[in-house]
Amino acid sequence: MINSIILIGANHKTAPVELREKLSFTTDEILDALDHLKDDPNIREGLVFSTCNRTEIIYIPETGDQIEEVIQFISQHKNLGVSEFRSALYVYKGDKAIRHMFQVAASLDSMMVGEPQILGQIKKAYKTAVEKGASGVLLNRMMHKAFSVAKRVRKETGIGDNAVSISYAAIELANKIFSDLSAKSVMLLGAGEMAELAVEHLISNNVKEIIVANRTFKNAHDLAQKFNGKAVQFEEREAALKDVDIIISSTGATEYVLTVDQVKRAMKKRHHNTIFFIDIAVPRDIDPKINGISNAYVYDIDDLKNIVESNIQQREQETIKADRFVEEAVVTFRKWLDSLALVPTIKAINDKMTNIVDMEFNKTLSSLNHLSESDIEAVRRMTRAIASRTIHDPIRFLRNTGDHRDDSLYLNVTRQLFDLDIPEKK
Amino acid sequence: MGYQSANIMLQVSCLLYFFSMAGYLFFLFNQKEKTQKRSFYLLASAVLVHLAGVVVAGIATRGLPIHNLVQSLSMAALAFGCMFLYFQYKFNLKILGVFASILLSFLMLAVILIPDTPVEASKILKGFWLYSHILLVFAGDAALALACGAGILYLLQEKAIKTKTQGFFFKRLPSLDFLDDVSYACITTGFALLTFGLITGFIYAKTIWGRFWSWDLKEVFSVGTWLVYAALLHFRFYSGWRGRKSAIMTILGFMIIVFTFLGVNILLGGHHQEFTK
Repeated sequence: MINSIILIGANHKTAPVELREKLSFTTDEILDALDHLKDDPNIREGLVFSTCNRTEIIYIPETGDQIEEVIQFISQHKNLGVSEFRSALYVYKGDKAIRHMFQVAASLDSMMVGEPQILGQIKKAYKTAVEKGASGVLLNRMMHKAFSVAKRVRKETGIGDNAVSISYAAIELANKIFSDLSAKSVMLLGAGEMAELAVEHLISNNVKEIIVANRTFKNAHDLAQKFNGKAVQFEEREAALKDVDIIISSTGATEYVLTVDQVKRAMKKRHHNTIFFIDIAVPRDIDPKINGISNAYVYDIDDLKNIVESNIQQREQETIKADRFVEEAVVTFRKWLDSLALVPTIKAINDKMTNIVDMEFNKTLSSLNHLSESDIEAVRRMTRAIASRTIHDPIRFLRNTGDHRDDSLYLNVTRQLFDLDIPEKK
Repeated sequence: MGYQSANIMLQVSCLLYFFSMAGYLFFLFNQKEKTQKRSFYLLASAVLVHLAGVVVAGIATRGLPIHNLVQSLSMAALAFGCMFLYFQYKFNLKILGVFASILLSFLMLAVILIPDTPVEASKILKGFWLYSHILLVFAGDAALALACGAGILYLLQEKAIKTKTQGFFFKRLPSLDFLDDVSYACITTGFALLTFGLITGFIYAKTIWGRFWSWDLKEVFSVGTWLVYAALLHFRFYSGWRGRKSAIMTILGFMIIVFTFLGVNILLGGHHQEFTK
């Protein structure tokens, strides 16, 4: 079963977060699992990949499909009853497994489609598997293909470009206003759940400072502590405008909490440095007329929603293109896999030798006019015999390598030595 | 022979400028790194050929080749090309190449199409102070032209963000802060060069005509331009005129420069006029 690739996994679509947490492998656990896969005589190659959104085990069985055994192994390793997670698992074989791996690498299967971290995580998992010696010729080649697809998708489609959630849209805007968010300070007006969510994203963008202003000072204080920020009284908000660059407002107030006059006064104090208001409160907190002040920009929740919607539409277009790239990669990889069998390889070597011999023979023949028909035939037979004697031993070796674990290794080397692979299109 | 081969080089560089412009326009749509790089190399090679052409012409006429309108335009384009290469290297603001390549292509087209009448080298057009004056002023104007380009890009992006219509340019342009930084760097460079250009001009005037200032119209307009940029920098420091206001000022300032360069000589006359006839 040289080319059956099997993938068992669970991701954010099939398993709730509590289960994903239980199934996820730490770095040490991955090392253990790789050892196990490597030592299992029924498994030829294996690779384990685990992030907070997914756990995937991909392997090539020696005999049978080994699916139940691997599931048993997960159950033992993670101390979970099989019935607890069996229904959350997906099992892919052959092309489906390959396709899934390519999609994951290209970030098409991510919770945030197009997010760039996944590729780095996969590269790390691959490196670990290689270092442990758990992966071999087939998986290595497949992973390299996965990296190149991921790169192509990122370069040639706009899949990573569009912010499809409100807070990402806000951050994208902030990045088009300010060149370096890490040098900018943020003020939160209101300490509710929405504010907290927005800040979580901003923190991953590393802002300089976070200031929280809330009517109930205690809540402001609590939230500020959570994010290493600073709490101020709600009444100090106008004074604080002097030093902050991004304001995220989510209070429950029915009136505007920041008016045009307040901001105009603040703009003078801050030497008209650019300021960006993100108003996610309903009813609105920030007077929309503030958008008319020079170097001040106001986006409310509807503005952000509009951006998100148009981005989602664009994203769908790009996904079609990305899927095509993945499909092309699956086809090329499949071709390579099929060629890795014994018979096609022997045939390819034979063809290549015959071609070379015939070509050289004809070249020489054209300058030898005195030979008779039977002479020509004799010489041709001789050249062919030389060719077939030359490759006889290598072919005999390939038929019986004596290495039960990995024929594909020798086949791969042979194909490289004889340069038999169809060149891949760049 | 010198004059002819110089002309051929200018034609070749014009062609390269146009290729580069085509590349940059293509880049504007497809946003591929490779396209941008190729267009940039095309533009850089155009500048090199252009420079070689100007040097050959200079050797042929035994002096700086700025005796008539065509040569002055060509020199202005060359200065702008060099300045663009410098700022592109420094800031890597890729989309600025679109502006630069378009401006350069059409400047060079004008250079090639306007008939170039060979001029006798004038005795007056020699000497260290004059050469410094000319080179500094051209370089300064070139930097201010780039500032104008960055200002235009700023206004485009500012409009997209202010009106909340994320159109064609929103994704293709960098952040407002960055555009403002580039524009500011171009203004300070240009302003410094222009200042020294004016000073060397005064010194040259003193050595030739015996006085620093002679109320020549071009002199008046040049000092006027200088004052506009001085005011821009002043307001930026003391009244927070940044962003949109600064961008509009750089565009206005550059329009005055263009008028000083072409309009004054063509419409009003004065002792600088022989350069642009």
